[in-house]
Amino acid sequence: MTALEWQIVGFTVWVAALSTVIILPFGLALAWLLARADWPGKSLVETIVTLPLVMPPVAVGLILLQVFGRHGAVGGFLHDHFNLDIIFTWRAVLLALSVMSVPLLIRSARVAFEEVNPRLEQIARTLGASGWRVFLTITVPLAARGIVAGMLLAFARALGEFGATIMVAGYMPGKTATISLAIYENVQLGQDAHAYRLLGVSVVLAFAAVWCSEFFLRRKKATA
Amino acid sequence: MSLLLKNILLPLADFTLEVNVEMRGRVTAVFGPSGAGKTSLLDLIAGIRAARSACIQLDETVLADTAKKISVPTRRRGIGYVPQDLALFPHLSVRQNLLYGRNARATNPLFAFEHVTEVLEIRSVISRGVTELSGGEKQRVALARALLASPRLLLLDEPLASLDVALKGKIIPYLTRVRDEFKIPMLYVTHDRFEARSLADEMVVLVKGKVLQAGPVADVFVRPANATVAKFVGVETLQPGLITNVNEGLAIVSVNNVTLTALAPAAPARAVFVCIRGEDVVLQRDVAVSSVRNRLPAHILSIRPEGALFRVELDAGFPLFALITRPACTELGLREGDSITALVKTPAIHLVPR
Repeated sequence: MTALEWQIVGFTVWVAALSTVIILPFGLALAWLLARADWPGKSLVETIVTLPLVMPPVAVGLILLQVFGRHGAVGGFLHDHFNLDIIFTWRAVLLALSVMSVPLLIRSARVAFEEVNPRLEQIARTLGASGWRVFLTITVPLAARGIVAGMLLAFARALGEFGATIMVAGYMPGKTATISLAIYENVQLGQDAHAYRLLGVSVVLAFAAVWCSEFFLRRKKATA
Repeated sequence: MSLLLKNILLPLADFTLEVNVEMRGRVTAVFGPSGAGKTSLLDLIAGIRAARSACIQLDETVLADTAKKISVPTRRRGIGYVPQDLALFPHLSVRQNLLYGRNARATNPLFAFEHVTEVLEIRSVISRGVTELSGGEKQRVALARALLASPRLLLLDEPLASLDVALKGKIIPYLTRVRDEFKIPMLYVTHDRFEARSLADEMVVLVKGKVLQAGPVADVFVRPANATVAKFVGVETLQPGLITNVNEGLAIVSVNNVTLTALAPAAPARAVFVCIRGEDVVLQRDVAVSSVRNRLPAHILSIRPEGALFRVELDAGFPLFALITRPACTELGLREGDSITALVKTPAIHLVPR
């Protein structure tokens, strides 16, 4: 493996992990709201958060490009006020991975929250616990398996993301290149050796992620 | 204590819960068939559910008043709640469950960890997981957890419903102990007459969301307000009759052409239900002279064991049920088809308007 290949692998794992961490608070909050509360516009929000799963990733990338580009609503604001550029930087990779993987976390966590018996939360409140305490000490621990499974799914999705990333970040080795982008690019250029080495790394990563999740689920079952 | 429930209106799936009652008992049984709205009422009191309209006052504290837009949040109500499924936290140990709601600032030694766990005899299971407990232990742990939060009122939802008969008998003394030891007023939801009678001093009969009768337990059992209450509190004999004559506080009632003497009802009525409790019916082989006004020749239709007693079904011109002990049954040599005399004292016949 070349230094550049190592850099690409490191960057991919790091940015996928970071996106999983970033979407966690938002994803859990939204999953809880979808599972436990009734509010106007709920079904609309439900649909919107599912869209990245069913739309072509390239199309999602195009939307992000429009919104976060220098002339886009959010991108323009960030550029004018904070001198911050998103598109064609590593931040664009982070953005693409987060948007593409958050639906998996939300769906998984939502089901897990719905399976927590609301009676337990209600009784915890009669015992004097605040809403936050109930959430952190009853709801989250009881939904932990679903949440962790959702995080692993989101992480795995982020590792392999291609369409949206190529739209908003492009292929810039050492800057925005992820494993998926690099494999595609190397095959295009006929550099099969590079592509196969990165392929090997993706297999190892995927294997490790699945093995970790299985291990975790088995351990949880044993203690439950 | 006094728990005032005023103008409660809560639409449920099949009916609307409508309650206007004040409870003053140490233990008040909320009694009624399943699906009567009993659990919804407890949820309202605990603040888990909101009603369309409600005024709930515990002693001097207003817990909820929809008219004044007051609603004290559940966690500040100081109400212990043991739901029917107990809701023990499955991911926590028994000790963590017990300590979950413990009020660290509470100074009352009555609610100290050592005392509560000793009274309920759960010391030995404290370090276990809740899934390793037996039914009776779970029940006591849930009770202890609620007590350790030093509540001002304890809500118990069918605490014995999920236990078998043998276990029920073992848990009742603990409930009695909690009642006497911690002196917390309790609201005890049940559909079991025996539990209501053995634990409660007051009761509220709730059927299809409406309070049919409220008052001292003895009153409700002896003088049910109407035929529905009579049926639910288990008056064995409930027959339509007609009052033919009232004289000096005594009413002559005709049931299927059999004439009975009863105390006249407070409100004048002609069409009544005649309520006779099984334990108030005496069976006698030889007709001797006695003070009993109602002596009814009868045939025994069936004899069936009911707990420690026998339930004797009689044809006295109308269906009549007697509850007698096993030795009495043996001594009299009662058999199906036998002719016998049934005696019912006048005050034991209760008339409710039809």
